[in-house]
Amino acid sequence: MRPNPRPRPDRIIRLVKPAVFAACLLPVVLLIWRTLDGSIGPNPVEGITHATGDWALRLLLVTLAVTPLRRLSGWAPLVRLRRMLGLFAFFYAVLHFITYLWLDQFFDWQAIGADIAKRPYITVGFTALALMVPLAVTSTRGWQRRLGARWKQLHRLIYPIGVLAVLHYLWLVKADLLEPAIYAAVLALLLAARMPWRDWYTRRLSGSHSRRAQVAR
Amino acid sequence: MLIKRPSDIPASEVTPRAVYLRRREFLRAAALAGVGAAMGTGSLGTASAARAGEPIPNVRPSRFSTDEPPTDVDDITSYNNFYELGTDKSDPKRNADQLETRPWQVVVEGECEAPGVMGIEDVLRDFPQEERIYRLRCVEAWAMVVPWVGFPLGDLLKRFKPTSNARYVAFETLYDPTMLPGQRRGVLDWPYREGLRMDEAMHPLTILATGLYGEILPNQNGAPLRLVVPWKYGFKSIKSIVRIRFTRDEPPATWNMMQPNEYGFYANVNPEVDHPRWSQKSHRMIGAGLFARKRPTLKFNGYGEQVASLYAGMDLAKFY
Repeated sequence: MRPNPRPRPDRIIRLVKPAVFAACLLPVVLLIWRTLDGSIGPNPVEGITHATGDWALRLLLVTLAVTPLRRLSGWAPLVRLRRMLGLFAFFYAVLHFITYLWLDQFFDWQAIGADIAKRPYITVGFTALALMVPLAVTSTRGWQRRLGARWKQLHRLIYPIGVLAVLHYLWLVKADLLEPAIYAAVLALLLAARMPWRDWYTRRLSGSHSRRAQVAR
Repeated sequence: MLIKRPSDIPASEVTPRAVYLRRREFLRAAALAGVGAAMGTGSLGTASAARAGEPIPNVRPSRFSTDEPPTDVDDITSYNNFYELGTDKSDPKRNADQLETRPWQVVVEGECEAPGVMGIEDVLRDFPQEERIYRLRCVEAWAMVVPWVGFPLGDLLKRFKPTSNARYVAFETLYDPTMLPGQRRGVLDWPYREGLRMDEAMHPLTILATGLYGEILPNQNGAPLRLVVPWKYGFKSIKSIVRIRFTRDEPPATWNMMQPNEYGFYANVNPEVDHPRWSQKSHRMIGAGLFARKRPTLKFNGYGEQVASLYAGMDLAKFY
């Protein structure tokens, strides 16, 4: 493989990145504020559980949107936000899980074990979180280098994680499926954007380049 | 509340006499003019908004009340499952003023000798109102202690002379998407329906509630008339009732129709029978704060001494 020339420092992304970082922290700051001033409502544990879960899912979808957006816009530096967004999704998922372990169950390990084994939506949510751990650990540049081509393979786990996370939400709702259905639709769109539509399209136009286009992906 | 803890109501919260008299004028006008006629006129048109929160006179205490401390009134009125006013728990309070509860009539029909219609003002006048401080356990594993004002459902049912064919009682909530915005979407199979077996309906613990904390029931809590069955999960206690029907067969119930494996017809609080998706062994007390432990859930929500005999010989894991 020919060594890539070091990308020219992109001034815009240098400004954007800290702004996105701050934006990703905003929900947890607001959550702490709402908990302290009581505006989170009469059931704060439920409020915190829902807010952290919502943001884990939202940031997971934002992370999944980076690649399609980069392709649509043609703006390559966008990919430099992806690791940070993914780690923030993991951050909120961990907060969500800690809320469950601590504030909801008070470390009642027997009840927690029974929940994870017996309740499908908890099983699914727990699996999604567990699958995120290796992705968070190997998100560093060092691991990227060490794993080489397998790194990309490993990080495709984000697709099943997205499906499990949406399923986790869909499964716990009592009757009003509107909100989880919106997340499911966004996820479906983001996964569909990864299908080889473009290759299929180019293949139809040019006929012979299909194989190369697939390899390049 | 008025009788048990008079110091709780500061003088500033007592309705001024002028307003109170206007209410009586309104009642008389409504009674004379009949259904709907009194609603259009000026300040009287907003009477229902003004009414929620008015004190209910002569509320008597009840030996059925628990001595547990009641949940804060702000929590009881801002954390509601009333899908007719929105599916988020904060929605019902926000949309409460869209529901007009005067005039209000309840049709009583079916297997009875004297079917008829009863206006809410007659209900408030004819049945002595009692305070019943009850535990409320939601199927979602949270709980409150609610100081209802109401009267035994049986007292009202007897008036319509149910026949021996009446083995169940069916209830229906108002269906009116103009006043109940939640009904504009098909989240549930509207109108909301619930039912009780006749002996459950006639049990002295079963009440129709007209108030909360000594005052007229706020709309988000199911005004003007709702069922309260304290040993069953909250969804059995149907809100804003417009129809009561005596039936021979078990009547359809909304949540039971939607998810029969999750919500039974009986829906007695029972820590031994989990909801398929979550445990029913414990619950969270609303208002207990961020670091409060969950509490163990009691069978029949702690009312077993009074109601367990209704289910003697029944397998409650089967008839959940």
